[in-house]
Amino acid sequence: MTDHQHPAELRPKMVGTRVKRTEDPRLLAGMGQYVDDMSPAGTLHVALRRSDQPHARILKIDVGEAFSVPGVVAIYDISDIEGEIKPAIPTSRLPGYYATPNWPLARGKVRYVGEPVVAVVAESRYAAEDALEHINIQYDPLPFAIRQVDAVKDDAPLLHEEAGTNTIIRREFKRGDVDAAFEEAAVIVKGRFRMTRKTAVAMENRSYLAEWDGRKQSLTLHTSSGSPGIIRDVLSSCLDLPGTRLRVVAPDVGGSFGAKGSLYPEEMLVCVLARKLKRPVKFISDRLEDLSATSQAFDELIEAELAVTSNGMLIGLKADVIGDVGAYSIYPWTAALETVQVVSFLPGPYRMEHYRGRIRGVLTPKPPTGPYRGVGRPSSTFAMERLVEMAARELNMDPVEFRRKNLVRAEEFPYRTASGIIWDKSAFQECLEGACEKADYAALVRQRDAARREGRWVGIGLASYAELTGIGSRISVAPGMPINTGTETSKIEIDATGAITASFGISSHGQGLETTLAQVIVDELGCKLEDIQVRHGDSALVPMSSGTYASRSAVLGGGAATLAARVVKGKVLRAAAFLMEQNVDDLDIRDGIIASRQSNLTMTLKEVASAVYTQMGRIPREQREDLTASETYDPYLGTACSSTHLAMVEIDPETYGVEIRRYVVAEDCGKIINPMIVDGQVHGAVAQGIGAALLEEIIHDDNGQAVAASLADYLVPVAGTVPNISIVHIEADLPNNVGGFRGMGEGGTIGAPAAIANAVSDALAHLGVSVETLPITPERIFQLLRDKALAGQPIQTPT
Amino acid sequence: MVEKTITVGVNGMSYTRTVEPRMLLSDFLRQELTLTGTHVGCEHGVCGACTVLLDGRSVRSCLTLAVQVDGSEIETIEGQGEIDRLGRVQEAFRQHHGLQCGFCTPGFIMAVTDLLRHHPLESDEQIREALSGNICRCTGYENIVNAVRELARERGPLT
Repeated sequence: MTDHQHPAELRPKMVGTRVKRTEDPRLLAGMGQYVDDMSPAGTLHVALRRSDQPHARILKIDVGEAFSVPGVVAIYDISDIEGEIKPAIPTSRLPGYYATPNWPLARGKVRYVGEPVVAVVAESRYAAEDALEHINIQYDPLPFAIRQVDAVKDDAPLLHEEAGTNTIIRREFKRGDVDAAFEEAAVIVKGRFRMTRKTAVAMENRSYLAEWDGRKQSLTLHTSSGSPGIIRDVLSSCLDLPGTRLRVVAPDVGGSFGAKGSLYPEEMLVCVLARKLKRPVKFISDRLEDLSATSQAFDELIEAELAVTSNGMLIGLKADVIGDVGAYSIYPWTAALETVQVVSFLPGPYRMEHYRGRIRGVLTPKPPTGPYRGVGRPSSTFAMERLVEMAARELNMDPVEFRRKNLVRAEEFPYRTASGIIWDKSAFQECLEGACEKADYAALVRQRDAARREGRWVGIGLASYAELTGIGSRISVAPGMPINTGTETSKIEIDATGAITASFGISSHGQGLETTLAQVIVDELGCKLEDIQVRHGDSALVPMSSGTYASRSAVLGGGAATLAARVVKGKVLRAAAFLMEQNVDDLDIRDGIIASRQSNLTMTLKEVASAVYTQMGRIPREQREDLTASETYDPYLGTACSSTHLAMVEIDPETYGVEIRRYVVAEDCGKIINPMIVDGQVHGAVAQGIGAALLEEIIHDDNGQAVAASLADYLVPVAGTVPNISIVHIEADLPNNVGGFRGMGEGGTIGAPAAIANAVSDALAHLGVSVETLPITPERIFQLLRDKALAGQPIQTPT
Repeated sequence: MVEKTITVGVNGMSYTRTVEPRMLLSDFLRQELTLTGTHVGCEHGVCGACTVLLDGRSVRSCLTLAVQVDGSEIETIEGQGEIDRLGRVQEAFRQHHGLQCGFCTPGFIMAVTDLLRHHPLESDEQIREALSGNICRCTGYENIVNAVRELARERGPLT
């Protein structure tokens, strides 16, 4: 039997295979093209004078001798450009919400240190920066509340007077009778949890290049955005340009992790300036600007309490959360995105009948918060998983057994959480078991106990969570954001040479989607991998372009690719059936060769394409179909991706440095398209989670100044701080979507902070301290222990 | 500012240019020579994305002035292989999925090229320590370590 005679289901599949990435050769050869690698003739460079005040009225801007610097072309503040662009308004349906207008430069007031105020445009960045030195801005400092606990107060100074309050987000989720549950509880544990402010630190800084085409009166923005389609749509409205005259392209993009997925002032600015000056205009952020003006994350203060029965069943959860959203509500996600998800996901993957979770999101004079890998769930999982381990400890129960009792079981799906999220069937219990088995939990506990007897500070921590991924229109509509995140389009075209172009609205910035989406198409269409070119990251490719965020691209992009490939395959086979004089049901296509089960006849895809497009007369007019399809996929709901992380740490009793000794992830991401890429996403996300747990922190002092000004202050993990990670993939029932995929790119960042916090707490348990603030730096451990010591409790050796 | 004429060898080609004394080597390579494979990640010498080899040893091109390398030989990512004929270090990174967004990758390739010439790289601990001058935000380093381990094994002990 020749290969093509195998029944379809027995053939080797591309999906599930460790295919080397097609994007790699260009990136490895230094031939990638990131925005800053493009320099069209005549490009002008922008440098920005940014606010050094947290909250102040702008009184006067004096450019001094700035124009004397050779190469300076123009200097602008908002008054020079506000007639040429409308602000972006991040709308939301949330009651009581205030949508801060977002302008390219500060207007009237500055509201955080780092906010752009004056733009210098020059022939080189060197000249533009020289000119900045001459500019003097006079401010009238205004009162401000830099901490959310102060900003939330009724008499706090207002950042946006038009809002009438700093509290622009209010949301509450309620189910059952939470007060009664707490009255019945045998054990109540509580904490005041906080993951401090962090930022994404993509290795490529934000980069924008706008080109005005005077001949076509059109604008092209090259941007390091993760969501070029969303940016096109909003800029179309801000700049009053139809989509035909505004194209937004994300070329190779050097990481985003959510932070490049929002609209930025500088992105608006280069567009206005390119149109105004009729020359290409480029802005490339430096790292200081990245640390002080790229969107930030976390920074919620979570006061939470958990009620548990004497036999270890979770019965009630209460939370009061104040989220520090920064100075503006970010477009398009709004300040509600992260904050509301903290309370909507807080009950986690557990059965929880009685819940009350309240969030208030308050404006503070800091850079805006925005999406960051995991969105809300790193903080909610940290709080919940700490409570779970605190409760287990209180009841003297093993934390694994405690979770086993409370995680939603296979027969309980679909499970509606207390906040209304529907978990479809996912391997909650199996991930817990899988992680414990992989780590040999019992042996690990023995090792830990043996180490403790030697006086070493060793601890084990777990974290179980679920996230909602690949959301469709039903879920996407809920927050009332000004975008559609619930559908995705794939356009597949076979041209006259037999080559295949597959275009998408998604936008890859490290995820390897050029490879994985091609893998999906190979299996569905029956072509060769090398014949497919996947195009993405360009608003001109499909009518509703979007981007890559929210763990959606495998589910929605893969689903759309599947649907479009099926349609194209049908057209190819119908044409081939006519040409080969065979019954279409007897034909199949594999590796680009169409073969019949009833004869030895074959045709190549290239021959069929040539017959369809160029050899007129071979197929009658009424039977001829272009070998193209455009299909939009809407999964309607979303699908749960679940995981358990397990960490063992050792703390140096002298330096208080935390070392991770063992790290295991068990996760259910549905059908795996490329195991190599999935493992890479887990490794990278866990590394970022380790950063959030141990290192990364944006600090604003009481004067509102950002303390971290470089990567020597803002520490991210390096090779020496990240351990090897053992990964267990559990493929339980596949989700009810087209491809059977679950989104998985964010998960590691959700589980790692909680697992490490639990492990550190376990290692320090004998000292009577518990981790409630992350990152748990050596200094924080020192402070915890010193506070205990001051309270009269001597430090003991572990028992 | 008095400009200065310098002659620099880059990947075996000789270039003579007149530059301001303050021009960074990274900007010189990217803007004057349009060798944009060298990336700039922090401009303060922490992230390692801009690593190139200066007379055979790795340096941060963002902390080096172009005038300092007058008369020297520079190796950049563009000299390590072609898109259809990758060099051995590049191939190992591809094989092991040691890159995702690719932005830090040229710096890593150059740093590893130097390490393979000069560093024992005998254990994972040594490899991780040696790689700690370069930041990658995507991979979590594990696959980079796997690639370097394989390259070190191929190379054998330093003589």
